[in-house]
Amino acid sequence: MKYDVAIIGAGITGAALARELSKYELNIILLEKEIEPAFGVSKSNSGIIHSGTQNPSDSLKGKLCVEGNRLMREEIAKDLGLNFIQCGQLITAFDEEEKKKLFEIKQEGEKLGVPGLEIKDRQWLNKNEPNLSKEVIAALFSPSAGIISPYRYVYALIENATDNGVILKTESKVLAIEQKGPKDFEIKTEKEYFKTSFVVNCAGLYAQEIAEMIGIKDIKIVPRKGEEYLLDKKRENISNHIIFPLPSKNSKGILMIKTSDGNPMIGPTAHEIEDKEDLSTTENGLNEVLEGVKRMIPSVDKSDIIAYFAGLRPSCGKDFVIRYEKNRDGFLNMAGIQSPGLTAAPASAAYAADILFKNGLSCAKKKNFKKYRQRPIHLFQIPLSKTEELIQKDPSYGDIVCRCEMVSAMEIRQAIKRGAKTLDGIKFRTRAQAGRCHGGFCTSRIMKILSEELNISPLEITKKGKNSNIIKRIK
Amino acid sequence: MKEREIVIIGAGPAGLAAALGAKDKGAKDILIIERDQYLGGILNQCIHNGFGLHRFKEELTGPEYAQRYADMVKSAGIEISDRTFAVKITNKKEIFCLKPGEMMKLKAKAIILATGCRERTREMIPIHGFRPSGVYPAGLAQKMINIEGWIPGEEAVIIGSGDIGLIMARRMIFEGMKVKAVIEIMPKSRGLRRNIRQCLEDFSIPLYLSHKVTKIHGKERVEKVSVCKVDESFKEIKDTSFDIKCDTVLVSVGLIPENELLEAAGGLIDKKTNSPVCLKPYQTSIEGIFSCGNCNKVYDLVDWVSRDSYEAGGLAAMYANGELK
Repeated sequence: MKYDVAIIGAGITGAALARELSKYELNIILLEKEIEPAFGVSKSNSGIIHSGTQNPSDSLKGKLCVEGNRLMREEIAKDLGLNFIQCGQLITAFDEEEKKKLFEIKQEGEKLGVPGLEIKDRQWLNKNEPNLSKEVIAALFSPSAGIISPYRYVYALIENATDNGVILKTESKVLAIEQKGPKDFEIKTEKEYFKTSFVVNCAGLYAQEIAEMIGIKDIKIVPRKGEEYLLDKKRENISNHIIFPLPSKNSKGILMIKTSDGNPMIGPTAHEIEDKEDLSTTENGLNEVLEGVKRMIPSVDKSDIIAYFAGLRPSCGKDFVIRYEKNRDGFLNMAGIQSPGLTAAPASAAYAADILFKNGLSCAKKKNFKKYRQRPIHLFQIPLSKTEELIQKDPSYGDIVCRCEMVSAMEIRQAIKRGAKTLDGIKFRTRAQAGRCHGGFCTSRIMKILSEELNISPLEITKKGKNSNIIKRIK
Repeated sequence: MKEREIVIIGAGPAGLAAALGAKDKGAKDILIIERDQYLGGILNQCIHNGFGLHRFKEELTGPEYAQRYADMVKSAGIEISDRTFAVKITNKKEIFCLKPGEMMKLKAKAIILATGCRERTREMIPIHGFRPSGVYPAGLAQKMINIEGWIPGEEAVIIGSGDIGLIMARRMIFEGMKVKAVIEIMPKSRGLRRNIRQCLEDFSIPLYLSHKVTKIHGKERVEKVSVCKVDESFKEIKDTSFDIKCDTVLVSVGLIPENELLEAAGGLIDKKTNSPVCLKPYQTSIEGIFSCGNCNKVYDLVDWVSRDSYEAGGLAAMYANGELK
């Protein structure tokens, strides 16, 4: 069979496009090289739904960010059952010179249509952000910004897309793409061949390699590493907003980030590197992050850190590259989707879909499109009284597997039913192993549940696919 | 909300001894809450010997030691709720627990916390580098090998020379693994002398004192670690770095008392040790909430946990019937 569209990459960009296109009468395949979706760039996203400030007013990413933010607030969070928290953001100024810059950022943001921007004075900050450094003299408040779990956003999009007929193939690294004619491609993966009319390149860090497969040579992806450090949930209320310094040339700076799961996060650094798989953290990175964030929130302490990781931004020049390749009729690149790519994703998807329709993709709407996705239950998000009701209906909500984050056996089983295959997949979906003991207590129990539900030996269980097995032998 | 005289959280060595102590001081109504389906807590995975020399004047394994206390508690007729997980306590001595099929709500005259400790992780040191599979807290590796029969890898490096790390070095040798090195940042090991001799020296496992692991390598599974020598302030000494090939890293860098229940109830916690602030022995800053065993302070020997927790249980019983002033 020939697919209408093949999307390469099941990160946030590919997932949002798959869901957008699943509204139409189309055969769609979503190809992912990793064992689960969101295991590339998206897994280390900060989870900020940006308001749209700090982008040039004439940029594509600025426009898509503002629209993506609106879609999240008005539709997507509700439709997909996402835990989106609209906490707002502050950009801080430490002197009169910096304060002037706030007015420039405000003006630029207003041109893009960012709603509700206001410069707040010291008195307001004392009341609304009490842990903020007293050296901050003013801040630009952006009420539409918020936070979300980045991987659970991807999972929700994909669950809804597959519910609407999209085929997801994981562990399907694309090895070659051959163009046989206009709107006629053959894709070779590790396991299979696929024929398709349109190809969309959402391959993140590897968008360059995918583009080169059909001879497009001007997509150059430069990985820019960001190290992030997570604080204990006990510090959940260390800030009320996402707090930014003034942006630098290359990044939005070192931030105090709230996360939708409660653990505050500090970071990220921004350093260009060469290795697209170098996700290591460093002593220097940690020091840079601590120094940067302490300037804004002096009470952050190294001993609050319970976890850390690094991610790579797939940068390709300054702006997103969403471009239909006229000379490769049927091929669309979505490359260089760095920040604010997560926020922009649904708007980028609609923008890309529009390009495809203009180039001949059929745009007949599905009559029975299922707009809603059932929200998974997380005990850590609900009050104990609600937990009590759940346990009465289903006893295994009372069977606690992860003690630090209070995750039940029922939630682990549900996560597996929704597609988790690995320990990291369970962690991203449920938070089990994500707390202060890092799975010291629950890892073996989770492995037993995985083994039972997937009917595999514990030997086959991995942390994140490929050769990341947990054990080597069974006695 | 069901009223109880004494509720003990945790049926490890501390909770079991506290129950006996409370019983002997006249408590009539005692309930032990245990999240596992077995009594004895972490002792069950400590299948090596060396337990009980002081308490029972003989050398027992961990499970044997646990069984003795489990038998005493059972014959004393003390009630136990297993597979029960305490999620919240309050300063009014209310306790909320989840178990399969039920949420229990209790109100106690006295609560005894016997929640043990957790292991420090690589993230807390921190050890930088990649985050592949093959890095385990030593206690998790112990549980996998001794309880599940799962052998984590072929060639291991152990970070930290605390007792769990030392015992696991020998344990992995017995299971046919290679233990390439134990890396200790301090100039001296914190482990018991007998463990250094019996677990490392007897098997010619090198112990690198004043050394630290600077980087873990490997994107999927651990491939090697970089190690260097450190000076008195634990800073890397230049040109002393070398690599050790391995597929497994055990992290044994200390224990932290587990006091999140108490902290959430408003009890004072010493930020440095994570122990409860106790003005009188075993009494936390919340009146009527007691604390014993490794959640009170980290012990070297279980024999002393039993001795002290028995005393704490007695104090809680006296408090509950109004004798403790």
